[in-house]
Amino acid sequence: MTTYEIFISLIKAGLKVTIQVTFFAAILALVLGFISGLARMSRYRTIRFISGVYIEVFRGTSLLVQLFWIYFALPMMGIRLSALTAGVLAIGLNYGAYCSEVVRSAIQNVPVGQTEACIALNMTKTQRMVKVIIPQAFVMMLPNLGNQLIELLKSTSLVSMITLTDLTYQANILNATTFETTKVYTMLLVIYFIIGLPLSKGVKLLEAKVSEGRV
Amino acid sequence: MWNWDYAFSILPQILSALKITISATFVGFILALFLGLIFSVLVRSDIKIVSLAVRGIIQFIRNTPLLVQLYFIFYVFPKIGISLKPFTAGVLGVGIHYSTYLSEVFRSGIEAVPAGQWEVAKALNFSHIQAWIKIILPQVIPPIIPVIGNYLITMFKETPLLSAITLVEILQTAKILGAGSFRYLEGFTIVGIIFFLLSYPSSQLIKKLEVRLGAKN
Repeated sequence: MTTYEIFISLIKAGLKVTIQVTFFAAILALVLGFISGLARMSRYRTIRFISGVYIEVFRGTSLLVQLFWIYFALPMMGIRLSALTAGVLAIGLNYGAYCSEVVRSAIQNVPVGQTEACIALNMTKTQRMVKVIIPQAFVMMLPNLGNQLIELLKSTSLVSMITLTDLTYQANILNATTFETTKVYTMLLVIYFIIGLPLSKGVKLLEAKVSEGRV
Repeated sequence: MWNWDYAFSILPQILSALKITISATFVGFILALFLGLIFSVLVRSDIKIVSLAVRGIIQFIRNTPLLVQLYFIFYVFPKIGISLKPFTAGVLGVGIHYSTYLSEVFRSGIEAVPAGQWEVAKALNFSHIQAWIKIILPQVIPPIIPVIGNYLITMFKETPLLSAITLVEILQTAKILGAGSFRYLEGFTIVGIIFFLLSYPSSQLIKKLEVRLGAKN
């Protein structure tokens, strides 16, 4: 097989699953990140505690361990998930914990004057968050969320280890059938780089845009 | 569901594999520090081609998955005559991957040193190497210690990936034990707890250090 043929057959076989896992896991991570990030700053101790446990457990253990746990150990408790669900769930939960820190630090970095202004304008707490604090924090967290997305994309290669047929899995298969080891893994690296490149360029642009006009 | 007797019976085997996990972490970390420092100096090189090439290499390594890089080192290197043991290949993979992250940390640390320090070195007739060792690096390193510490913890949590290239570290041990007994719950849970017990206190320690360093400045 020529290098070009390997490139094309890898993309045909595995790109869809890699994009699928990235997409769904990213949405899950973003939602969980917002919920747990906000919950971490809650007035109620119990809510703060629960979200703290979630964040620390998923940040403190390894993604691959979480993936194996969800795919191999959960069935013993009667919860059997498909490889795709397990992959999306593990990556989403893991990156959700990291995103929550991004969300929290961005919200805490909104100047206090904004909160004081809201109080002076007699806004409710919800209004203050939704109309003033979050819109400003969201812009600031975009570059960091973008970086998390790049890391998340790379981490989807782990799902090949729970038999999900993504790019990496297909490369292993192609390597075993063609013995074109050098070409297969080189092309695999190139493909991941090509997918990631627009993301990292985008993050650079965002970083420049966000810091524009700010001191 | 959960069998305590079984959990205690496999605990010693998993704990003995912890040696491999920890030594892979530290050897990889030292390699990453060393390579990261070299990268960060090369990026600042006056020779345009060198700095551009190194920048390109860093970007390529950063934007591709560690797992694939491990496969590459373990399966492709033998084709060009370099056969590596799983441990060596794994340490090399993790070390090279994280050196690109650490080089960014070093770069920002170096850029934070005021230009006046370089001028002083020149005024005092220090050679370029003397200036690096005696003036610049001593100012670069203390503020970035917490960041570097966090990368050490991150690398520790990445070592289970080495099981993909047949290194028998703690996750692989748990997997082998699970395959033998058809019980995965206990093994994987123990591995998770070990990771948590080692990485959570370390990250709290680094947080404290960060506060202390912050107070100093």
